[in-house]
Amino acid sequence: MKRSSLSRKDKKNLVRILIALALFLAIFITDKVIVLGGVLEGPAAWVFPFCLYLVVYLIIGYDVLWRAVRNILHGQVFDENFLMCVATLGAFALAIYRGVTGQEIEGFDEACAVLLFYQIGEWFQSYATGKSRKSIAGLMDIRPDYANLVKEDGSVEKVDPSEVKVGDTILINPGEKVPLDGVVAKGTSTLDTKALTGESLPRDVAPDGDVISGCVNLTSQLTVRVEKEFYDSTVSKILELVENAADQKSKAENFITKFAKYYTPIVCGVALLLAVIPGLITMDWSTWVYRALSFLVVSCPCALVISIPLSFFAGIGAASRYGILIKGSNYLEKFNQANTFVFDKTGTLTKGNFAVARISPEENADDILHLAAIAEHDSNHPIAKSIVARYGKQTESGYTLTNIAGRGIVAEKEGDVLLCGNGKLMAEHGIAYTEEAGVGTVVYVARNGAFVGSLLIADEIKPETRKVIGELNAMSCKTIMLTGDNEAIAKNVAQEIGLTGYKASLLPQNKVEEVEKLLAHKKQKDVLCFVGDGINDAPVLMRSDIGIAMGGVGSDAAIEASDIVLMKDDLRGIALAKRIARKTMAIVTQNIVFSIAVKVAILILSAVGIANMWLAVFGDVGVAVIAILNAMRVNGKYTTDPIRDRPGTAR
Amino acid sequence: MKKIFRLEDLDCANCAAKMERAIQKIGGVNEANVSFMGQRLSIDADESRFEEIMDEVVRVCRKVEPDCKIIR
Repeated sequence: MKRSSLSRKDKKNLVRILIALALFLAIFITDKVIVLGGVLEGPAAWVFPFCLYLVVYLIIGYDVLWRAVRNILHGQVFDENFLMCVATLGAFALAIYRGVTGQEIEGFDEACAVLLFYQIGEWFQSYATGKSRKSIAGLMDIRPDYANLVKEDGSVEKVDPSEVKVGDTILINPGEKVPLDGVVAKGTSTLDTKALTGESLPRDVAPDGDVISGCVNLTSQLTVRVEKEFYDSTVSKILELVENAADQKSKAENFITKFAKYYTPIVCGVALLLAVIPGLITMDWSTWVYRALSFLVVSCPCALVISIPLSFFAGIGAASRYGILIKGSNYLEKFNQANTFVFDKTGTLTKGNFAVARISPEENADDILHLAAIAEHDSNHPIAKSIVARYGKQTESGYTLTNIAGRGIVAEKEGDVLLCGNGKLMAEHGIAYTEEAGVGTVVYVARNGAFVGSLLIADEIKPETRKVIGELNAMSCKTIMLTGDNEAIAKNVAQEIGLTGYKASLLPQNKVEEVEKLLAHKKQKDVLCFVGDGINDAPVLMRSDIGIAMGGVGSDAAIEASDIVLMKDDLRGIALAKRIARKTMAIVTQNIVFSIAVKVAILILSAVGIANMWLAVFGDVGVAVIAILNAMRVNGKYTTDPIRDRPGTAR
Repeated sequence: MKKIFRLEDLDCANCAAKMERAIQKIGGVNEANVSFMGQRLSIDADESRFEEIMDEVVRVCRKVEPDCKIIR
């Protein structure tokens, strides 16, 4: 990657354009002031301005002329270089013809200007595509250049990441990229994962913690044991995915290349007819040939052909900045139409962990938590852990804890008896308790024979889930949850989140069947997305129209099986991706309609003689530039937060 | 066998489309994809004749867009 914003070729061409432009303006203004055609007398008066303009023409157009000749030799006739040459040389010829026949001398400036504008447009296209490529290449910055391999004798050597083997030890200094996936052997530090996940908050790592390639080590040196070879590590997988993304072409792109294939020959054919037929009838050759030449200028399909892939590329690039990897333009296009979202519940809509959801009665919350924590603090059960975590303080020791299987825990200390467990435990001890009706696991707490209260432990719903589902619903998408939970829990969760549907009591292998059923019942133009955390759902991800894997970092299977990967375990990425897809497709449509409409309008106007060649140049280059600028809007800023209250706006 | 080649100096989107069509017509090529934005050619062709096919691909591309080089 070059640091300079212009490539060498762009720079060279820019200088050439500026020189030609200055020269052209100088000649043009002099011509208007003193009329160059009047310098020489007689029938050869045209020769003087012709020679001056010819110099400009050759400076700006020598490469176009050369390519046109070369391509004709190769049998490539309808090529933009050729069209430009025919149009401009034709304009020159017309001007000479007028000069020779003693009419007013004009048209040389036009021929030069057409080519000059054409080159400016070409330059701009090259600049814009280069810039857009670089924005994606920014993501390629995650590619590590070297690894500090620790050798057996303790010395450190810089080697290519691909030479490091599994089990080797590497050093990562502050400021360096993590070259390979591994586990920290020594050292604590913070890692910047922004390039990978779009997450701006640095992540802390300590011994035995995983480090993922592509992150940047921020604070202190880490010694890492390599777990995966380079080709297998996260960074390689992601780079491969991004590099391949441009290969998957969308329907819009295919349409436009097909359109271009027929458009140019048709316009050229019409141009020929336009020159010959009215020319023969009216014998006013110079007027009709001029109009036909204008046709040729507009006949380049470049604006269209370039702006569509550029829009998609910008869309994919914009998404990648937020840690959303889209595997191809076709998926971006399809995702815009996505209207059925099937979610795996655990780990996707919910955090997949247990947490205290409710304590009742609430006024005794501290007391209940305190007592429960005393009883549970020694246990490794996830439910016990969630209680201890919620309490968050040290508990007094000295209690004798007795675990009663299938019931709960009894804690005793100097006559103080705590009961902590399910309803059966309470009933067996003859304690009257208030039943907790909520969905989840309930833990009742009693002290010295008296009921104190209860804790409801449930899988925690992610904080962003409700908003994201809300936004999807507002886009009139169906949102369906698949879960192994029983009917009651599923219904409760679905209501709480605001899902439009759910399927309960599913075994993992039933997920594919359910998705198959949904696919079988959907309409032709419906697009079904499956969203999962990538664990055990590769078959479903592959089977659905669009598979979306969440928290893709570190899960190769998910990255491989899915079409869209959310690098960050954050559902908001789905709503964001949907907004990016919508904006991209809106711009693609705008560009197609705008470019074709302007071109057709200019064709008609030049056929009837209203538009001149200057306008025709705008129809070619101007449209291309506008379409490109429009395409670059895709790569703007997006808010990561779901937009709920303003359905139908994509900003 | 599927292989990916980098393309240098592929400057026009329409040429990319033309190259793609031309490559797809070559015998033994199952699938070919020229990405203008990615500056890449991905090609799936008969493995036994791959080198021979690639020679033809290079020849065809030189005809369509002489400035563009296929990095083999």
